[in-house]
Amino acid sequence: MTEDIAKTAREADSPQSIAQPAAGTPLLRIDAVIKTFGQFRAVDALSLDIHAGEFFALLGPSGCGKTTLLRMLAGFEAPDAGRILLDGKDIAQVPPHQRPVNMMFQNYALFPHLNVRDNIAFGLKRAGMSKSDINARVSEMVALVKLDGLEKRKPDQLSGGQRQRVALARSLARRPRLLLLDEPLAALDKKLRESTQLELMELQRRLGLTFIIVTHDQQEAMTMASRIGVMDAGRLEQVATPRELYEAPRSRWIAEFVGDINLIVGKLETNGEAYPAIARRIAIATSEAGTVYVAQPREPLTKTELCVAIRPEKVRLSRRAPASDDVRAINRLEGVVTDVSYLGGMTSYKVKLDSGAVLRSSMANTARLDLDAYSANQRVVAWFSPEDCVVLEQ
Amino acid sequence: MSAPSIFTRPARLAAIAPYLWMALFFLVPFLFVLKISLSQTAIAQPPYTPVFDVAEGWEAIETAFATLSFDNFRLLVSDDLYVLSYLRSLTVAAISTSILLVIGYPIAYGMARLPKRWQAIAMMLVIVPFWTSFLIRIYAWINILQHDGLLNQILLALHLVSTPVVWLSTDGAMYLGIVYSYLPFIVLPLYATLSKMDPALLEAANDLGASPRQAFWRVTFPLSLPGIGAGALLCFIPIVGEFVIPDLLAGSDALMIGQTLWLEFFTNKDWPVASATAVVLLLLLLAPLLLYDRLQRRQLERA
Repeated sequence: MTEDIAKTAREADSPQSIAQPAAGTPLLRIDAVIKTFGQFRAVDALSLDIHAGEFFALLGPSGCGKTTLLRMLAGFEAPDAGRILLDGKDIAQVPPHQRPVNMMFQNYALFPHLNVRDNIAFGLKRAGMSKSDINARVSEMVALVKLDGLEKRKPDQLSGGQRQRVALARSLARRPRLLLLDEPLAALDKKLRESTQLELMELQRRLGLTFIIVTHDQQEAMTMASRIGVMDAGRLEQVATPRELYEAPRSRWIAEFVGDINLIVGKLETNGEAYPAIARRIAIATSEAGTVYVAQPREPLTKTELCVAIRPEKVRLSRRAPASDDVRAINRLEGVVTDVSYLGGMTSYKVKLDSGAVLRSSMANTARLDLDAYSANQRVVAWFSPEDCVVLEQ
Repeated sequence: MSAPSIFTRPARLAAIAPYLWMALFFLVPFLFVLKISLSQTAIAQPPYTPVFDVAEGWEAIETAFATLSFDNFRLLVSDDLYVLSYLRSLTVAAISTSILLVIGYPIAYGMARLPKRWQAIAMMLVIVPFWTSFLIRIYAWINILQHDGLLNQILLALHLVSTPVVWLSTDGAMYLGIVYSYLPFIVLPLYATLSKMDPALLEAANDLGASPRQAFWRVTFPLSLPGIGAGALLCFIPIVGEFVIPDLLAGSDALMIGQTLWLEFFTNKDWPVASATAVVLLLLLLAPLLLYDRLQRRQLERA
């Protein structure tokens, strides 16, 4: 839909724009792949292109089919139909040990009887590399993941973070064309997870590898991935950059799944140009918030039953109504603060509108002594700009 | 007041119960056997001297103590009969255990790979023979293997042989009986180890370029070594002392140590030599027992 938003979003995403899908043949093409277990369609005619150098995240609730898709890429499951092309070659029926693809397992699956060195060397020995080459590669990997001095340890003598590094080194040792990561950070605590996210990104960029990560943690997907594919019920609901996904969700489901959002249901007003002075606005009549003005979407609407989506941080609160000629504040709603949650960097408010609906607003705490703090039972005006609204068809 | 203990009285009792059990039912009887092994045969009741009698006072016990000797042990070493019996026992146990591993491993491996609900059924099938008396099952084998038994009847009916084959009273029959009887003891520990293994390890091996066969030898097999050790010892140790199976199924030309011991005890009524035989047998088995204990301890530490 909103192609220009998507484009600016991509450009604004400067650190991740390096991994832009390049023109030409993709590294991996998933073509109408179907996988059923009994009556259950885990992956439903899914198609997706992934280009070399991408850090791609498959995000979705549990049971959405993301792990099944990953396992088909690794070769542990064979698709019932469809093709999986790696460098243009169909690998759908190639057994896992003959694929130039490696996987980092959720619980690492380190070999408990082998020490760190032998775990990392396992794949190299199977590839028939010479002893000296193996030694060189293992040392390189050990240095890469900063495990120096731990080569002789067995997995049960390592901490969770160290085991995670061994698993990463082991899966990278064969220099795979494609590295699959199945919830690689799920077993780590929050602090370690955050630092490891950054290290993974750094590593991926430095080695110029292609990563596909499966996660149910949207924060993780947003932080690391250059593109995210959101899956639900075996299908890709949307494939987009993190910013595009957040700012221009394609459906109500995506809008609700990714981050917090206020949804206001309404109908397109037929005499939509109620504000003739401001071009390219449409008016939506809602029962909860009266008439809401939103920026006209790029693609023409096909339905009149609509849903206005607005992120809490884009809803501003003030004690008095903003100036009536402020175009950013043409959507203004009065209500009473019912809930205040102080979260450190920001404060989250719930405002009960006079219509009875609840609107959430979060405001950054940019000053230590916040004069803009509101307390419960305070009457406020909540306002937001038409540009910050997303119109979704019901 | 004593320092507060984290163990309540029943908990402490539970902790020492196994040691109490061992002391009462293993250590004390063993000391009796050890004492008898140092005595001499006598035509008396009991059939050995000296007999310690507390009623005769301390000095009598002291003089009795002085008559104890290692003569019986010297006999065991000097007479080929005993040495050969020990060697045969160890050989039979080693060969049987090897056969058991070769047969038991694939069974346990297959069981561990069955769907979960079938695993319970397979486990039942392995255990069910235990519901019948061991002796009856061995007699059933005698029935099958004897001159006009089931096996020969089938072979004759199929014209695979023209005259009945001698199966019974051979080493082959004995090995058959031992392997048949001890199979669950090797299958269950192996199954326990193999079914505990994380299937993701095999996937990881495949993912890293190992073919299914390589994955087995590089991952599954080394990880099942504790199960192999436990199962092998669980079979080896009792087979060394096995008496019933060789007595009923094997020929009489070579005796296992259990049979020799039985002969000394019941036929020769030589309690001291029989006891000495038992003591040496125990010492022989102590090595694998300690090994087994160490393996188990290591597994406990792992878990």
